[in-house]
Amino acid sequence: MQLEFKVMGGDFANAGYASSEIKKVLKQINIDPKIIKKVVVALYEAEVNICAHAYAGKVSVEITPEKISVEVSDKGPGIPDIELAMQEGFSTASPAVREMGFGAGMGLPNIKKNTDFLDIQSTVGKGTTLKFINYLT
Amino acid sequence: MTVKDITDQLQLKIFAGASGMNREVTGGYVSDLLSDVMGHAQEGQLWITLQTHKNVMAIASLKELSAIIFVQGFEPDMDTRDLAEKEGIPLLGTTLPTFDITGKIYNLLT
Ligand SMILES: Nc1ncnc2c1ncn2[C@@H]1O[C@H](COP(=O)(O)OP(=O)(O)O)[C@@H](O)[C@H]1O
Ligand SMILES: [Mg+2]
Repeated sequence: MQLEFKVMGGDFANAGYASSEIKKVLKQINIDPKIIKKVVVALYEAEVNICAHAYAGKVSVEITPEKISVEVSDKGPGIPDIELAMQEGFSTASPAVREMGFGAGMGLPNIKKNTDFLDIQSTVGKGTTLKFINYLT
Repeated sequence: MTVKDITDQLQLKIFAGASGMNREVTGGYVSDLLSDVMGHAQEGQLWITLQTHKNVMAIASLKELSAIIFVQGFEPDMDTRDLAEKEGIPLLGTTLPTFDITGKIYNLLT
């Protein structure tokens, strides 16, 4: 099964839409609730990162009997130093975004913690692609 | 203990989501950082915060929290209330500061 969603930069009002739709689907097909919770946390953080840091992006989720694979790609400024970005507490979020309670620098670490595999590819000035996997077996 | 029990005992204001007043409260989480709540709050907990925008409801729904309590007289935005109605997650309010309301709820739950 393959599902796709668009996410717009700056569109905080709709942040979490893809996560919420995916959650419904995963519940319907009786995926282990523990795994659903992890996928939801990771996907939500990835969606918020597009809202907070990029211009526009796309979420694709593929579900097979073995695994849930998520790809989140965006057009945006890219991440110059991925290792630094992965550090808990590192954030370049704007003051307005921080005031909303985002921008604690915990998003990428949350994604890492809640997935079995994470790969980040980024080109400065072009955009970022996150791939993560949660295994079902 | 249900959301209703806590609401009655602490005389909390109900802003929206009253259809969820019978939700069971398994504990609480106190934070104004959304990624912190996303990463650490557990299903069934009630969330004490001063953030009032729609994203708090999105998180409460994704994490299946039992209710949100806004402290210090903060009131939820209209689109936050709309989503709470739809999801049946109560949005509650107190004029007390975070420390005081958290202490009272802790005492009720333990
Ligand atoms: N999709 C993205 N595009 C550009 N930069 C990003 C993206 N995702 C993350 N970053 C960078 O990595 C940093 C850390 O991300 P994260 O851990 O999610 O924390 P936060 O979003 O709270 O700042 C961000 O502040 C930003 O500089
Ligand atoms: Mg983030």
